[in-house]
Formats: sequence, structure tokens, C-alpha cells
Amino acid sequence: MKITVKDVEHVALLARLELTEQDKEKYTQSLNAILEYMDKLNQIDTHDVEPTAHVLPLKNVFREDKLHRTMAKELVLANAPEEEDGCFKVPRIV
Amino acid sequence: MSAQYEVVIGLEVHAELKTDTKIFCSCPTEFGGEENTHVCPVCLGLPGVLPVLNKKVLEYAVRAGLALNCEIASFSKFDRKNYFYPDLPKAYQISQYDLPICKKGYLEIEVNGRKKTIGITRVHMEEDAGKLVHGGATIATSRYSLVDYNRTGVPLIEIVSEPDMRSAEEARAYMEKLKAILEYTGVSDVRMEQGSLRCDANISLRPMGAKEFGTKTEIKNLNSFRALQKAIEYEIERQRDILEEGGKIIQETRSWDEGKGVTVSLRSKEEAHDYRYFPDPDLVPVVIDPQWVQEIRDSLPELPDAKRERLVQEMGLSEYDAGIITGSRALADFFDQVVAEYNEPKMVANWIMGEFLRLLNANNLEVAESKVKPRSLAALLKAQAEGTISGKMAKTVFEEMFETGKEPGTIIKEKGMVQISDEGALAAVVEKVIAANPQSVEDYKAGKEKAIGFLVGQVMKETKGQANPGLVNKLLKDKLG
Amino acid sequence: MDLYKKTAHELSSLLQKREVSSEELTRSVLDRINKVEEKVKAFVTVTGEQALEQAREIDEKRARGEAMSPLAGIPMAMKDNICTKGVTTTCASKILYNFVPPYNATVTEKLLEAGTILLGKCNMDEFAMGSSNENSGFFPTRNPHDLSAVPGGSSGGAAAAVAADEAVFTLGSDTGGSIRQPAAFCGVVGLKPTYGYVSRYGLIAYASSLDQIGPLTKDITDCALVLNVIAGHDPKDSTSAPVEVPDFTRYLVDDVKGLKIGIPKEYMGEGIDPRIAAYLKQAAAKLEELGAMCEEVSLPHTEYALPAYYIIASAEASSNLARYDGVRYGLRVEAEDVISMFCKTRSQGFGEEVKRRIMLGTYALSSGYYDAYYLKALKVRTLIKRDFDQAFLKYDCLLTPTSPTTAFKFGEKVNDPLAMYLSDVCTIPINLAGVPGLSLPFGTVEGLPVGIQFIGKPFGEGTLLRVGYALEQNTDLTKPKAQMEGVI
Repeated sequence: MKITVKDVEHVALLARLELTEQDKEKYTQSLNAILEYMDKLNQIDTHDVEPTAHVLPLKNVFREDKLHRTMAKELVLANAPEEEDGCFKVPRIV
Repeated sequence: MSAQYEVVIGLEVHAELKTDTKIFCSCPTEFGGEENTHVCPVCLGLPGVLPVLNKKVLEYAVRAGLALNCEIASFSKFDRKNYFYPDLPKAYQISQYDLPICKKGYLEIEVNGRKKTIGITRVHMEEDAGKLVHGGATIATSRYSLVDYNRTGVPLIEIVSEPDMRSAEEARAYMEKLKAILEYTGVSDVRMEQGSLRCDANISLRPMGAKEFGTKTEIKNLNSFRALQKAIEYEIERQRDILEEGGKIIQETRSWDEGKGVTVSLRSKEEAHDYRYFPDPDLVPVVIDPQWVQEIRDSLPELPDAKRERLVQEMGLSEYDAGIITGSRALADFFDQVVAEYNEPKMVANWIMGEFLRLLNANNLEVAESKVKPRSLAALLKAQAEGTISGKMAKTVFEEMFETGKEPGTIIKEKGMVQISDEGALAAVVEKVIAANPQSVEDYKAGKEKAIGFLVGQVMKETKGQANPGLVNKLLKDKLG
Repeated sequence: MDLYKKTAHELSSLLQKREVSSEELTRSVLDRINKVEEKVKAFVTVTGEQALEQAREIDEKRARGEAMSPLAGIPMAMKDNICTKGVTTTCASKILYNFVPPYNATVTEKLLEAGTILLGKCNMDEFAMGSSNENSGFFPTRNPHDLSAVPGGSSGGAAAAVAADEAVFTLGSDTGGSIRQPAAFCGVVGLKPTYGYVSRYGLIAYASSLDQIGPLTKDITDCALVLNVIAGHDPKDSTSAPVEVPDFTRYLVDDVKGLKIGIPKEYMGEGIDPRIAAYLKQAAAKLEELGAMCEEVSLPHTEYALPAYYIIASAEASSNLARYDGVRYGLRVEAEDVISMFCKTRSQGFGEEVKRRIMLGTYALSSGYYDAYYLKALKVRTLIKRDFDQAFLKYDCLLTPTSPTTAFKFGEKVNDPLAMYLSDVCTIPINLAGVPGLSLPFGTVEGLPVGIQFIGKPFGEGTLLRVGYALEQNTDLTKPKAQMEGVI
């Protein structure tokens, strides 16, 4: 077993997911199967290999410090699940 | 028995860069504004949007790094710092993790006449978050909060110091110097009260002579120099008390409560912090051209330390005056501009240190908000030097200049304050005073030099203070032989 | 005249000659949607009225004699992860069920600029995670060739729509095979362009370093026409390649003489349906007959692509999908405090596979595991890319199956994530290397289409189109649609 139910609980908290006991069991099982498969990667030595984060060798992509039009306020809030006084409203933080 | 502890302080300072637009989109960075009006799909983190780096942000970060004696990275990249919070629209902050744009710098502070070098670990670029307005009095008592994303995506640099400070005074001196340097380089407004300069302090204590650091706490919400100093002083005492009672410091984040003058724990129910940094796949690396760095270096203005040195060495100012004047770029520039018009640096310094700062402080104004312009102050000092007005008159005129912004010449004319420097006009008054004060004339002739002062005073009184005192003195002496 | 059956280039000439109007054509396709959609279920949203209005505008412009692009007036559809201003864009997820983008993706802008008509938004696996469309948060799309078979995924709706003539062409997105595999399963042409060739601005991200938008079309000529419109540098996308884009129609020549084509042996071994391997050999033989040279080549790190892909894609996804928190748009499940609101919203809004990948990615990036999983995967990615670099020193393109099997049945793999992942084993390495891949229909097995994949050098789309075009001209195996009639 690579990961336990406890690991799954920790990861779920980090990812802000709420899991039922049944979910936890299920994910522990399927994640273990997947992670075991991932172990295949340890068969190759990558000691001297540079990681590839980008396939294209791009660098220094910039924009100029120029203002553009901002969004109409009603469009900003159009998708808001809840709003008040021109702001997005959320339940208490702590 | 009270053990001797050494205080260890490091500061993490966030400065908003004063670019026109945000770091990854073209929205304005302007402070304030109606809620959620300085936003676009990119800074709102709508599904599908992508960031593009504002070149000016990179330039300003390099500029700040150079002013802080940092090495500029030849290769740098952006990373995502992942955490959930309602003011963070993408639920990650674009920041820099292992390859910051600047590292290994330092600045110099002076506390109680002792100079000390404080190391700067790194300077990196990142985006600011939005603002929460709580429905109740505090975050803890609110049933809901409102989110305004205007500030989201405003460019920041985070400047992380080495744990080199050993007292609250040193921390304050570091912060003041850092603020001055950032202001001089022109990269930030450095307005602590508006939040464009923010500071978190890491504080720990260890037994004198120990090599290992003690457990630290991080203090947030330090939005003035005073708060910084008071909070650190409080936290040092709090930790010392715990240690002396044999207790243990809990590593935690605490907040400075300005009203109560205490730091309070910010422990939340979720303590699983793991930011899962990884390179942002939406942004490409930055490769810095040394030629460009040199151009930025060449364009740096004279920085506070060098300027202070120049004011002392070349202009004869005291260390103290030079320190105050160069402590803010606005004040230093003001000084330079007055001296450019009226080349008597010490006199100019006296006026700035005296009347100018007194009135600014009394009215709670910034240098930039002053109605008195450098050219006007220079004109006033010239008028005084030429004898058009007396020193006392000059102060009266300056107060009016400060209040109304009028030119000194106008005020002098309006008030009819012109000094009488005409010998003919004064001779009659001098005759009259001599005739009216025979005793003093006797005393003077008997060798009491002081008596002349009384006579000068009488002439000034007769002329309602408009006589040129130097000339009166000369005329009296001539008459009395 | 069954207008809806025709290709874009056929329709383009009819429209230009004013033999048909865009309105007539759009009506024809909308009627087709009405007729077959109940069975195929390729669309999440159909924007019929808007489409007709748009078509009339194009007809008016044409009547005024305004200059028109070749695709003007052609009805198309887009995968529902490409933002369309004012038209709901859901990623087939409950968490975005009501999201109306206030902006257009760059490709949307370009297609509207070119005068194409938006018919609606196509179904997909939720957030493009899946290979069968069974992960759609709403309903699965069915394969028009066999309604009990999956259309493939994640662009299953986009592929099925083209196969069932419910759109003249569609746009999909491809992160690990999501255009090519469904194109193969549904018997249409699907192209994943070189990473950076088509702007990702407005494509709702799954895995940013792998995602690319590309066309699904009825033939190679249409593919070139659509690519002409959507490819090109975009200043809004920092990863967009600053390269000149050729007119891709100039590669539509029936000539493959002298082309060197490599056939990687790692793609022909265990797990590949031998009948598909046989078609592949047949395609190679045809190409040799036409003057190309085909020979076996080795891409030794191929077997590591799948595990590396799932780590990289899941890691990026865990971060990309963090923004769905119920604050600014989409679903919110009410709760007392904000953390509970985040957790409930995300748990109820995301489907099982999405949650699995978010957790896998979160784990791979978490403290203590980053080097072992994420960094390791990025290094393996380097090796896989090197394999391709090496092969392209000698070959103009590579030829492989698109998928190891033809379309499988609903339910067959849905409970075994690994088996499902293996369905993309032939397409994933191409995304890791960032090179272009084209799936071309080539024969059928038990009535289900087979796809063969041509892989090109970076920005070598032209060569892929040229090879595909030559095969289309010289064999009817590239047109598998004939047998579909009875099904829908």
C-alpha cells in the first residue's frame, strides 16, 4: 500500500474535497493501483536528465504596461452565486 | 534566575509596484475605486484565461534588487502557490519559489550611532490578492464577508531579510531604510497606511551564545513603523515570559492588535499548510540580459546612503540632519531643489529641519502635499539674506506660504513687511532713541557693550520691527563714537 | 440536396457561387440535429436561433459583395470547454452548469471573424478527463456508428457531431488524445496541432502544458481550412508560438514521393488489436506504393509516457481546477462557513474521475512527494521528447495506430481507471513531446471505424496533411461513414 485512508483524508483536505467513508475507501484503493503503476517510472535512471516544464523553448514573453478597458460591473457579477453591494458574498471565514 | 536571551528578527516586506497596470493583465493598479471595477476576466480568474507578464514589473523588481545590492538572476521563473481563500480567485497565487529574480543583497542601518549590515535573502515578484470586508466588527464575529477583487493582480515584490536584526529598533531602522530605498528607486508608493508597503515579522529568542534558532512566531498586520516596533517589543516580552517560566513557544502566526497593544494567535481550525509550489505552465521563463541590467543600474538615482554621505561631506550638514533629510526621497529632493536655487546648504537644512518639518508634522502632511514649493522657499531665504526681511519676518512669511501657497514676495508686499534699510530714513529714528535714553547712552560710553542691544531694540520697536537690525547697530555705533 | 452531409470545402464553393445560402445550410444542419440528436446526444447546448440569425447576417454580407473567408457561412460547433461569450460553457461539469463566459476564447473570436456559424456546444468528459464520454457530468454521447459503443473522449461530442453530420466541423481539445481518439472511434479526421500553434486563451484548462485546441472534420481538406483560421500567434497566451502560419491548403497535394515515414515498433506490440495493426500495415504499403519510404523505428521510452502523463496532467489539473470554489461563478452549495462551502461545492460539483485526478495531482505535488512524482515525471518527459527529436532527424513523420482498439462498449472500462487510461496509450506521448498528431479514418472492424495516427515534427502539420490527403485520394478506407445510415 502506497497511501492510506489517512493520506487520502489529508489530500482531500488540501484539495477542499469532502469525502464519505465509502469514498475514502474507494479512492484509497484506486489511487493505490494508479500509484503502483506510476512506480514504473523508477525503472529509469533520470539522474542527469533536466526536467521539461515547457516543450517550446519560449522565454521573455511580456506585455507593455498599457491600460485596457476593464469589464462592465454587471458583467463582473453576472455569474456570482451571491452578491451584495457590488461585491461577491461568502459565508463567514472563521 | 532570569536567563539572558538574544532576540532574532527577520522581516518579510511586501511592496506594491507602481506600474500603471496589473502584473498579468491590463487593469489599473490605482488604489481604491468602486468595488470590483478594476477587474477583467484575467484577474478575476475566470475559466480559460491566461496571464501575460507586464514587462515593467520585471524592470521594477530588478531596479529594487539592484538598489538593495542583490545579485540579479540570469534565469528566473514563476511558480504557483496553491491555497484556498475567497480573496484569491484562482486559488493559487502566481509567485516565485526556487528561482527568485534577485537574491543575496543587503542594506545598512544605523541604530544609536552604530552601523550594521542586514542581509537580504531574496526579492521575488508575485501578484496581490483581493480584499475582504467583513460583515461584523472583526473576521471572527462576522457571519459573512464581501470580496472586492480590485487589488487582485496588483504587482508586488516580496523582500525577505536574513534573521539579522536583534532588537525592535533595528527592525524599525531596517524598515525605514528599506522604505527610503524603494521610494528613491521610484518602484513603489511605499504608503504603509494604504497597504502599498506591508510587513510581517518573524521573531524568536535563544539563549545568549546559542547557535540554534529558537522557535519563531510570525507577526502580521504591521501597518506602521510604530506598530512594527511596538508589536516586536510586545512579542519579545511575551516570548521571554514564556521561556523564563520554562514554557515552550508555539510556532504560529499572530496578529498585532493595535487597539489593545498585544499580539494574538491566528490559529485556525485548518493548519494543514502545504502550498504545493510548481512551475506555472501558463508562463514562460525570464532570461535576463546583463546589458539590460546594466542599463537599469546606470539609471538608478543617488540612493539614501550615498546622498547622506554627500550632504555631510560636501555640504557640511550634520550626520543627524543629513540622515533625516535623506530618510525620504521627497524630502531629499526638496532639499536639493532649494539648494539649487539658493546655495547655502546649512541654512536650507536648518529651515527644512525646523519650520518645514514642524509644519508638515503639525498638519499631518506629506512633502508632496506641501503648498510651499522649493523655488519659493529659496526665494524667501534669498530675501532674508539680502536683508529685505528679517529672520523673524521670514518665519511669519513662511507660515503664510505654508498655509496659502502664495509666493514670499507677494506676502511681503501685502503685509508691507519690507525691511527699512535706508540710512536716511533710519537716522532720524536713531537720533530720537539716543535722545530719549540718556542712561543707556551713558552706560555704553562707559564700556557696557550690552547697552547697545537695548538701544537697537528701541529702534526696532519704533519701526515696528521693519528696521534692518544690522544697519541700526552700525548707525548707533557711528553716532555714539 | 442533403446539405448537412457535405464537407466544408464543398459547401464553401456552393455558398460562394450563391447556389445555397448560409441560412438554408444552417437550417439543414439544425434539422439534422433535431432528427438524430436524441440518439447521439452530442450537444450540451444548441443555439439554433442565434445560429440562424448569424447565418442571415453572413448572407447579407455576401449579398453586399463583402470579402468573405472560405469558411464564411459554414455551421460548426465547439467543445464545451471553449469559452463563448454569452453562451453557457460548462465543461460538462455540474460545477459550471450555469457559467456564461463574458468573453470569447481566441479561437471563438477567430471563427466568428471568419464568418462561421456557431450551432452550439458539444458534450465531453467532464473537464476533458476521460476517454469515453462516460465522465460527462450530464449524459454520455453515443457513437453514431453503434449506439451501444462510446464515441471516445474527451471530445466525444465534437467527434460524434461531425460523424453524425450534426455540424460541418467542430473544435475539440486534446490533452492526451482527446481529439484523436474520439476522431478514430467516430471515423472522422482529428488534428492535435503542435503545442503553441493554436491559442489556449479561453480554453478552460485541464493540463496547461499539454492542452491544445484542434479541428475535427469530415476530411483532410476541411482540416487544413479550419487550421488556417485558428492557428497563429496570440499575445494573450504566453505559451503561444511566435511563428508564421502557412496556408495549409498548399499541402493538399497527392504526392508523397520521397517522404520518409517511421513506424515505431513500441506502438505495434501487445495490447494493439491485430486487425488495427493490419490496417496500419496496409496504410504503410499504400504509402510505399505512392512513393514514400516506410520503416520500423524505435521510441524506447514509450512505455513510460502513460505514468508520466497522468502525474503531470493530474498535478496541473489539481491547481487549474482549484478556482471552482463557489465564490465567483458556477455551483455553490451553501454552508455555514467558507471552508465547508468550498468542500461541499467541490465535492458535489465534481464527478468521480475529476476528484480522483485532483487528489492524485495534489498528492504528487505535496510536500515530500514532489521529487518522487512530479519532478520525476518532468524528467521522463524530457526522455520522451528526446525519442521524438531523435526519430525526426531521420523521418518526416511517424505512423501509429490512434488507439489500441476500436470504440468499446459503455460500461466496459468505466470502473477500471487504469484500463481506461490505456486507451490513450498511443496518443499521450505526442502531447508530452508537444508535436502534432493527426488521426485519419482507415477502415472498420466489425462496423466500427479504425484510426491511424500520423505524428509530425514541431510545426510540421503540413506534412501530416499531405500524407493524409494522399491516402484520401488513393483509398476509400479513409471514408468509413457509408455504413452508418441504418444506425441513426
